[in-house]
This record gives sequence, structure tokens and C-alpha cells, in this order.
Amino acid sequence: MIEHLPILQILVPMLTAPLCVLSRRPLVSWGLALTATWFALATSIQLLIRVLAEGTQSYELGGWPPPWGIELRIDLVNVFVLLIVTAISSVVLTAAPRSLEKEISSDRHYLFYAAYLLCMTGLLGMTATGDAFNVFVFLEISSLSSYILISLGPTRRALHSAFQYLVMGTLGGTFVLLGVGMLYMVTGTLNIVDMGARLGDLGPNRTVLVALAVIVVGTSIKMALFPLHAWLPNAYTYAPALVTAFLAATATKVAYYMLVKFVFRVFGVELAFTALRLDAVLMPVAILAMFIASTVAIYQSDVKRILAYSSLAQIGYMVLGLSLASVTGLTGGIVHLFNHAIMKSALFLALACVVLRIGSTQLNDMRGLGRRMPLTAAAFVGAGLGLIGVPMTAGFVSKWFLVLAALESGYWPVAVLILLSSLLAVIYIWRVIEVMYFQPPPDDAAKLTEAPWSMLGPTWVLVGATFYFGISTSLTVGVASQAADLLVNGAAP
Amino acid sequence: MSASSAAALAVLWPLLGAVCVALLGEKRRNLREAATLVTASSLLVLVATVILPEVQAGERPRFELLEVLPGLALAFEVEPLGMLFALVASSLWIITTVFAIGYLRGHDEQHQTRFFVCFALAIAGALGVAFAANVFTLFVFYEAITLSTYPLVTHHGTESAKRAGRVYLGILMGTSIAFLLLAMVWTYFAAGTTDFRPGGILAGKVEGSALAVLLGLYAFGTAKAALMPFHRWLPAAMVAPTPVSALLHAVAVVKAGVFTVMKIVVYIFGIDLLQTTGASTWLTWVAAFTLLSASTVALTRNNLKARLAYSTISQLSYIVLGAALANTWGVIGGSMHIAMHAVGKITLFFCAGAIYVGAHKTEISDMRGLGRQMPFTFGAFLVGSLSVIGVPPLGGSWSKWYLALSTAEADHLVMMAVLMISSLLSIGYLMPVVGRGFFATPEKAETTDHHSTPREPWLCVLPPVVTAVGCIALFFFAESIYQLLNGIILR
Repeated sequence: MIEHLPILQILVPMLTAPLCVLSRRPLVSWGLALTATWFALATSIQLLIRVLAEGTQSYELGGWPPPWGIELRIDLVNVFVLLIVTAISSVVLTAAPRSLEKEISSDRHYLFYAAYLLCMTGLLGMTATGDAFNVFVFLEISSLSSYILISLGPTRRALHSAFQYLVMGTLGGTFVLLGVGMLYMVTGTLNIVDMGARLGDLGPNRTVLVALAVIVVGTSIKMALFPLHAWLPNAYTYAPALVTAFLAATATKVAYYMLVKFVFRVFGVELAFTALRLDAVLMPVAILAMFIASTVAIYQSDVKRILAYSSLAQIGYMVLGLSLASVTGLTGGIVHLFNHAIMKSALFLALACVVLRIGSTQLNDMRGLGRRMPLTAAAFVGAGLGLIGVPMTAGFVSKWFLVLAALESGYWPVAVLILLSSLLAVIYIWRVIEVMYFQPPPDDAAKLTEAPWSMLGPTWVLVGATFYFGISTSLTVGVASQAADLLVNGAAP
Repeated sequence: MSASSAAALAVLWPLLGAVCVALLGEKRRNLREAATLVTASSLLVLVATVILPEVQAGERPRFELLEVLPGLALAFEVEPLGMLFALVASSLWIITTVFAIGYLRGHDEQHQTRFFVCFALAIAGALGVAFAANVFTLFVFYEAITLSTYPLVTHHGTESAKRAGRVYLGILMGTSIAFLLLAMVWTYFAAGTTDFRPGGILAGKVEGSALAVLLGLYAFGTAKAALMPFHRWLPAAMVAPTPVSALLHAVAVVKAGVFTVMKIVVYIFGIDLLQTTGASTWLTWVAAFTLLSASTVALTRNNLKARLAYSTISQLSYIVLGAALANTWGVIGGSMHIAMHAVGKITLFFCAGAIYVGAHKTEISDMRGLGRQMPFTFGAFLVGSLSVIGVPPLGGSWSKWYLALSTAEADHLVMMAVLMISSLLSIGYLMPVVGRGFFATPEKAETTDHHSTPREPWLCVLPPVVTAVGCIALFFFAESIYQLLNGIILR
């Protein structure tokens, strides 16, 4: 049993999805889905412990040894991603029933749970697999189900956003497939470790260059790296609040991991950064993302949109860490992946509470919320401080590593730019806080009750985690720095 | 109790007080105020009787709370400079609480519980800054002060309060993230630690003009020290209720800023390094400029609190100047000025508050003859003014004396002239208030409304009188402060 954990983690959510459809009852399917996600979380904790103790775990699908068969390969890097994806999925899903009642008619709840589980399956599969083509398969599973999730949004604009995402997402997927095809053409293998080894011997040539380019573009679309981000703000804004909390913390993060996997595992530092100068492309783009997205965020009037643009900026930070191609930089990137997932889902869950009670996330409608829903507003402030990067919050830790990495690599101006761009975060978060605490509620405002504990509980768990991981960094930094070392210095797999 | 755990407890103590205050709430306001007073006095007892003797005996009580990253710990270590700051903050907290009770009740202010909670949090932040064992810990509590005083600045919730809050937060947080954080990471990157160590940690690690740049990042990053051009937040924050201006903008917040600059100069750079490289020369000029121009602006302000705010900006630069001169007298004089100016300036703010509560006057031009109706308040104002100006027998004269000695030791006659001119200017902006109060004839007739006879609550009169007496006492007890500061290991 225990050696089958890598595949069980993917299979259990996948097989629970049809069960949800069969049951059709909202509460039953919620129970089923919840069991599956928490099981996946327990599995990834178990996997983390095993990887820390025994090193990389390889699971041969169907008993076919790699490189012929498909391999699930759990190492320090992706077990960390598995952990955050399952953790966020579980916590967010715990808050689901009340939030869904507000936004989706109850005869379609079971579809939501099924799509949610399938999306999770895809994300976990993409993360765990050691096979390049398999990455594409799981990518499509997660993409298709996330289109469904977004289209469940309460307004008709959700459909439009889902369609926009579908077009962009398909393009991204196709690019990835193209790249994988080219790599297969050059190396004759689909196993990622094998591919990496053969490419290293082969050295750079035009096909490899093109493959790198299309894979980077494809993954950048999926993680919404500026300027390929157009789908994200609408998708986040018009999706149901809960879906946003889930996708913001998982989908873009896994896409980022996919980029890390291809760049460091397949191409390798030597090829990607020394021969093909990937950093010269990614670093400016990342810095532009940090500034432009944060600036746009300041001018939004919908809080969901503010946070969506903030996500774009945060992706810039992660990519910046990657583009430095150093252990510290990548540590910063991976730590920020983890920390940002927690902070952003906390913020979006707090917004889900707001939607539940006032049915809107317009800044104007949130006036006086500090008095009317004190716990929700306080949760927003707590997670918001994390996003700004106030010391003793998780956001500070990631920023610390990014600045340190920039200094280490001798990019002084970049260090300054990281800090200047985080000032923009102060502005867009503070705008919301000011409205919530300093403006009187609208005159026609109905009396509000605080959000139910079934939603506040998960929100506050994530807010607590924001502070916990700002104080105790042995898990995040400990694992991430080892993982980064593994990726950059290419220690024996 | 050992002094090292007492240091950690001293930081936690106001937090506990804040929790008690929050739990008691508006319904039990007398108990709530009692909770603040008990916390404040027990804090002073803790600091003065448990920690102080150890530090005077040359001990450095140390307490490590937790390690966030390798080499980056939340830790406390008490040394003389921090000891002095902690003593000032905790003793003035008691008096300010008394004043705040009188002021808030006399004025029927809203949100009094929130006020006292944030106040206690800010004091916890100040003690954390005082006892910080490394730049990281200092930074954490520095930000905590900013965040906990923001609700105090915006206390009234009006449009102007909100605007002031934006300036306050924007400048303080902006500079700390953009400059101070960068300086800290740089220090960590260069020296592998951010610990405060006697003689500094940067010698041989950062060289040449980079040293001056790093010092600049620190000096401007601590905008709480109100060096120009990052001083705008201080006048803006005057929109807050006067007790806030008193404690936070004469003591806790601004002194946390200059304290940080002093501590960085002494324990991160080391005065020897600064002296041999001359990396702090430019800072003396910036400080001198701030000193003179803020004094000049103060002359032009008719609003009493605004005038005091600019006076504070100017006086803070004395301390920065002392640090930038980087010699023994400069460190001692600057550090002593932290205490001396705090007591003097808080007296002035108390008086401004008492005048506002009693006579509803904020503009100096309206205060003609008010001194005859409020003799204690204006008497205290006179004593406080003289101390800030630096006239014996008042505390402020000592710190200015040592600062003058420092310019002499540095052979920097221009700076000595600057100090003298600024003292003259401070006579110019403080004395007219007293003169107008006592000697000008009051305006007639139109004061027939219900405020015709000023009546300030005794809770608002007592504190300035007490601190005015404190100014006199400090003149005679400056010796013990000098002895304490002499314990700073500079090399």
C-alpha cells in the first residue's frame, strides 16, 4: 500500500469525481470530495516524510521500468508543490458548502465537486509525473476542468471569461505539446530524467532552442506571466469566489513548477542559461510584471480584480527568482510559490465570505466592512500584511531571499526594484483597508451578520499559516533550499 | 527573575496590558484605565529595578526568542543606549496615560478602548526596538510601531485624518521597505549577520563609497528620525489627538527613529570605521540642513502643534548630528538628548493639549493673555521651552553641551555655529508663545460663549507640571545618565 502512495494520490481524487456525479446530492458529494482531498493531503505529508528520509521516490506505472514506461517521480521539489496544492485544496473545499449556496444553484453542486476533483487530479499529475508527454495529458485534464469551474460563476461574464481562458489555455497546452514533440524528436525519449541526460550530451542546436522557446511560452501562458496574462484577471474576477481561491493558489503555481521542471530538469542550467540565455528574457519580463501588474492593481475598483493583478505581480517575483539561476534565487522562487499560495487563498477566501454576505466585491460596496464583519476584515488585513511582506509574515521570508539572491548575483538595481515594487503592494492593499475601516457603510446597508464559521475557520487557518510560516521557516526554507540546490547543482537524481 | 528573561518580559508586558484593556472595554472604563496604569507602572518597576542594575554593572542580558532564518533571530540584548530609551519610554508612558485619560474624557473622544490598546502596542514596539539584539529584530518592532500608531493618527476618522494617515504610512513604511530593508539585507549579505556588536560588524566587509551609500540607506530608511526630505509625516501626524502627539511624536516613534540611527552607527558601522573613512561626513551636512531649516519653518507656524512638530524635526537632527560626528562626545551627547528632549518636548505637547482642552485654542495668535488664566500650564510650557532651548539649570543644557564638545573634538566649527544658531532660532519660536500668554492683553468682548473661562481638567495640568519638574531634576541627575552611557563600548 505505502509504495503505491504516489499513484493513489492522483487516482483517489480522479475516481471520486464520478462518484460525486453519481450521488448528485450536494452534501454527499461534498463529503466524498472532502474525503478525497484530505486523503491526498495526508498522502503528500507521508510522501514528504519519505522523501526527506529516503530521497527521491520513483514509481513505475504498470510495472514498466523507465525510460520505457511512465514514471511518477517524487523528489524534494515536487513533493513540496504536492503538499501546498493538496493543503490549499483541502482547506478551500472545507469552506465550500455555504459559499456555493450563494453562487451556484444547488442542483449543480455535484458538478462543481466533480470538476474540482478532476482539476486537482490534473494538477497533482502534472506535478508528480516524470514523463514529458504525461505532463501534457494532465495539463489538459486540469485545464478542461478549470474551464468548467470558471464558467460556473454567477454572472454571464463568467462564460466569456471561461471561453477566453479556454482559447489561451489551449494555445498554451499546444505550445507545450509542440516543445515536447521537438524534444522527443531530438532525444528519442519522453522520460524527463533520461531526456535531461541526453540533451546534456547533445548540446545546443536550433531544435532545442525552439523547443525551449515554445515550452517557455506555453508554460508562461498557463501561469499568466506578463505579457501572456490576459486570461487571468477576468477568470479570477468572474469565477465563483471559492474557485478563485482554489485556482489562484494552485493552477499558476503548478504551471510555475512545470517551467522549473523543464528548465532545470530537462534543459539544465548549462543549456538554458549559459548557452541559450533564458535569463535575458525572463528577468526583464518578470520585472515588468512586478511593476505593471501592481500599478494596474492600484487602479481597480473590484477587490477580486485587485488581487488578480496582484497575483500577476507575484508570479513576476517567482519568475525573477528562477531567472537568477542561483540556489538562493530559486529558493526564493519556490518559497514564494508556497507562501503566496497560502496568502492569496486566504485573501480570496476572505472575499468569499464578503460575497456570501454582501454579494459583491466592489470596493464601493465594502465600505465600513471593518465594523460590519470584523473577523472577515481582520483576516483580510492579516493576509494583506503578508502580501506586503511585513516582517514576521510569510511574505517577508520570500522577499528576503529574493533580495538576497539579487545582491548575491550582483544585480543591485534588481534588488532595489523588488523593494520598490513591493511599495505598490502597500498601496493597493491599503486602499482596501482604508475603505473597510474608514468609510461609513452605505446608507441603505442591511444589517450584516459575520460569515459562518464553516468559512471563517478555513480562512483563519490560512491567515494563521501566513504568520506561522513567517516565524518558523524550517519547513519552507529548509525544503526549498535543498530543492533549489538539487535543481541548480543537479545533484544525483 | 534573571535580567535576560526580564528583557523579554518587558516587551511582552505592554502586549498583555493591551489584551486586558481590550477585554475590559468601554463599559468598564475606570477599570480599563486602571489596567493601563498598572501595566505602565509595573513595566517601569521591571525595567528600572530588575534590568537597570544589571546593565549598570556592565552585564548585557540577552534573550533569544526564536530563529527565523539561519543567522536571523528574533533576539533581545540590553545595552546602555537601549536601556536609556526603554527607561524614557516606560516612565513617560505612565504620565502620558494620566494625561490621556484627562484629555480623552474632557473631550468625549470616540474609540477610547482602541486608543489605549494601540498605545500599549506602540510601547511594546518601542521596548522591542530598545532591546533589539540585531537589525532584524529592530526592523520587526520598528514596523510594529508604524502599524500600531496608524490607528492613533487616524483616530478621528475624518477626511483630513485619513489623508494624514496616508502620508504617515506612506513615508514611514515606504522608506523602511525601500531603504531600511535593503540596507539590512545588504548588511546580512556582507557581514553574514545583523547582530549589534561593539565596534561594529562592517569593518573590512563594505568599503569605500559603498559605506556612505549604506549609511544613507539606514539614515533615510529610518524616516522616523525625520531627516529631510522624509520629514513630512511628522507635521501630518499632528492631526492626531494631543496625547498621541505627545508620547508618540515626541517620544516613542521619533525617538525610535533616532535611536535606530545612533545604534546603527555605534554597533553596525562602529565610530572608528566612520571616522577613518569619513563615510558619515555627508550625513552631518544633511543633519545640519534639517536642523536649521526645520527651525526656520517652525518660526513661521502659527498652529502650536505644527510649530512643535517642526521643532521636533529640528531637535531630532541634533541626535543624528551627534551620531554622524562619530566621536565619543557625539554619541554621549546625542544619546543623552534622546532623554532630555523627550522630557522637554512632552511637556510642551502636554501644555498644548491642556490649552486645547481648557480653552479650545490651537493657534498661537489666539493665546493672548491666556497664561494669566492658566498659570500652571504656561509655567510648565516655559520650563519645557527653556529645556528644549538648552538653558541651565534644565536637562536640555547637558546634552547640548556634550554635542558642542563633540563638534569641538571633530574640529568642526561650522557645525558648532549651526548648533548655536539653531538654539537662537528655538528661542525665537518658543518664547513668543510664553510671552504672548503672560504679557499680551487678552482679546475682549467676543469671548462670551461658554468657553470664556478656561478650565482644564486637573488630569491635564498635573502631567506637564510633573514633566517640567522632571526637566529640572534631569539637570541635577544628568551624572547618572552620563555614567550609564559611558558604559557603551565604542571600540
